[in-house]
Amino acid sequence: MVVTDTTQLVYQRPESLASVPTHYCPGCTHGVAHRLIAEVLDEMDIRERTIGVAPVGCSVFAYNYFDCDFVEAPHGRAPAMATGIKRVLPDRVVFTYQGDGDLASIGMAEIIHAAGRGENITVIFINNAIFGMTGGQMAPTTLPGQKTTSSPSGRDVEQMGFPLRMCELLSSLDGAGYVVRRSLHDPKNIRLAKKAIRMAFETQVRGLGFSMVELLSSCPTNWGLQPIEALRWIEEHMVPYYPLQDFKVNPEVAAIRP
Amino acid sequence: MARELWEGNQAMAEAAVRAGVEAYFGYPITPQTEVLEYMSRRLPELGRTFLQAESELAAINMVYGAACTGVRVMSSSSSPGVSLMMEGMSYIAGTEVPAVIIDVVRGGPGLGNIAPSQGDYNQIVHGGGHGDYHPIVLAPASVQEAVDLTFLAFDLADKYRSIVIVLADGSIGQMMEPAEMPPMRPLRKEYPSWSVRGAEGRERRILSSIYIDPMDEEVMNYRLMCLWTEIEANEVRYKSYQLDDAEYAVIGFGTAGRVALSAVRSARAEGIPVGLFRPVSLSPFPYEQVGALAEKVKGILVVEMNAGQMLEDILRAVKGRVPVGFYGRMGGIMPFPDEILAEIQRLVREPQLPNGDPRRIWLQRFEHTLEMNKAHN
Repeated sequence: MVVTDTTQLVYQRPESLASVPTHYCPGCTHGVAHRLIAEVLDEMDIRERTIGVAPVGCSVFAYNYFDCDFVEAPHGRAPAMATGIKRVLPDRVVFTYQGDGDLASIGMAEIIHAAGRGENITVIFINNAIFGMTGGQMAPTTLPGQKTTSSPSGRDVEQMGFPLRMCELLSSLDGAGYVVRRSLHDPKNIRLAKKAIRMAFETQVRGLGFSMVELLSSCPTNWGLQPIEALRWIEEHMVPYYPLQDFKVNPEVAAIRP
Repeated sequence: MARELWEGNQAMAEAAVRAGVEAYFGYPITPQTEVLEYMSRRLPELGRTFLQAESELAAINMVYGAACTGVRVMSSSSSPGVSLMMEGMSYIAGTEVPAVIIDVVRGGPGLGNIAPSQGDYNQIVHGGGHGDYHPIVLAPASVQEAVDLTFLAFDLADKYRSIVIVLADGSIGQMMEPAEMPPMRPLRKEYPSWSVRGAEGRERRILSSIYIDPMDEEVMNYRLMCLWTEIEANEVRYKSYQLDDAEYAVIGFGTAGRVALSAVRSARAEGIPVGLFRPVSLSPFPYEQVGALAEKVKGILVVEMNAGQMLEDILRAVKGRVPVGFYGRMGGIMPFPDEILAEIQRLVREPQLPNGDPRRIWLQRFEHTLEMNKAHN
C-alpha cells in the first residue's frame, strides 16, 4: 500500500515576525497589522535589508516583534529618523509604524514634510481614534461625540475641534506616491489591507516616493468594548468618517503588478 | 597645507567634511546659516548627504536616524534652534550613538538677537535634554581652533559613542581669519558593530533609548557615568598664557577668553603679574587645573559673555581659597579689552572677600556699564 503524505503547510509564522509574545491587549488589531507587514517583507524577500522605525504609543515595542533591524524614535519623529536612515542608505527599505497620536498630533510637521519631500519611505499608520498607551485620551482622530478620558462628555467639536483625515491631507502633496486607507475589522478588509501594504513597499523599492497605508484599528480596552463589538464599531462609526479609498496612486504605482 | 582666509562657519563645515562627515541635516538660523549653505554645495559634490530639514526638531532626529547607521553625521544651529534640539540630544545620549553638533551662540533669552553671546553655557554644559548624560563640549577662541576642534569632535564622538558639541559664538562663526585645514580623511568602509544597516546574514539589531525596567535603566545610567569618568580623566583641554609667574589669573573661554588675553597683555605692560587660563573643554571642565591655580594666585577674575554661567564651575573649583571677581557682558555684547583691563586693575587694588558673591558685586556696579553703553551710542 502506498501512503501518500497529503499534509500541506498552509499557515505559519512569517519569518519576519520574531518568535516572541506581544504585549498587546486581547482583541487589539496591532497584532494583525504586524503580521501583514511581516508577510509582505517575507513575500518580497526584503527582511534582511529592511530597517523599521518604531513610534511612541502602544506600538512602542514594535521593534521587539519584527525580525529585522529596528530603531526607536522619539514621539512623532519617526518620519525624520526614517529620513536620516534612508538618505544615507538609499538601497535599504525603511518603514515607520505610527499611531494616530504619534503621526497626526505631535508628529504632524514631520509626516507632512516627509510626504512633501517625496521621502522614499513607507509609513504604516494605525488609526484607532484614541491614545492607547496613556490610557484612552482624545486623539486628533477621535470622532465627534466620542467619549475618552480627556473628553469625558464626548468630543465637542465646537471646543475641541474636528478630527483630522490624514490620507486626505497627505494625498494632496506632490511627493506622495501611494496613500490609501484600509481597515482591519473583518477578513475581507484584512486581505485588502495586506495588498495595500504590499503596494506601499513596492512603491518604495521602485523609488516612486512617499507611501502610506492608514489602517483603521480597534482599541477594545480604551473604547470599553468587547473585541467583536470593537470591530463592529470600526465598521459602523469609523468607516463612514474615514472612507476606505485610494487617495493617491501615482500612475507608475498603479501599473505595478506584484 | 597652506593657511587660507576662512570664515568661521564655513571653516567648521569644511573641517567636518575633512573629518569624514557623511551626512548633514540642519535648518537656517543666524549666525550659523553659512554652515548649512556651505554644506548644501559641498556635500552633494562629494556624493554625500545634505538635507535642509523642516525644523531643528526634525534635523536632530534625522541626525539621530543617520547616527544609528554608524556614519559620521552632524548638525549645526544657534541658541533658539539648539533649544529645540534638546529632545533629540537626550535620545541620542540614551541610545549611545555618536553625533556632532555645532552651536554658534547668539544673544538671548527668547528670540534675543543675532549678536555673539555665551548664554548657552548652562544649556549645553549642564543641561538641555532630560536625564543624566554629559555631552563633550569644546569651545574655540579662533577660526583655527574652530577647525581643529570640529575635526577632533568626530573622533571623540566615535570613541565614546557620545554627543560632542562645538560651542562657538557669533563672532567665531562670522569672522574671517587665516586657518590651515586638516587633510581630507577617507570615508569609513567598515561600520561599528552596533550599527543598524539591515540584518543581512546576521542577527537583527535594535537601537533604542528604552529600558523599561528601572533596574536596567539604572545599569545603563551607571554605564554612562563610568564612561563619563573615563572622559573626565582623558579629555580635559585648556590653554594657559603667562601663568608661570602670575599672581593673578583671568579665566575666560572662547571669545571672552580671547578678548581677555589682550587685556592680560596690557596689564603685563603695566607691570601687573597676571596670566590667562582658557578652558577649551567646557565639559569635561578643567576643575583640577582651576583648583591648582587657586593654590597659586592671589585672585581670579572670571570673564564671560553671559551673567556668570561658567562662574559657578570656577567657584566650585576654587572652593573659597582666593577672591574671585566676575565681569560679564550680556545680551549679545562682547567686552572690550579696556573693560577687562579695568577689572584686572580693580582685582589687584581691591580684592573681594573670598566668600563674597562675585555676581552680586558685579551687578552692583552694572549701572556704570549701562552708562558706558549710552556714552558709546
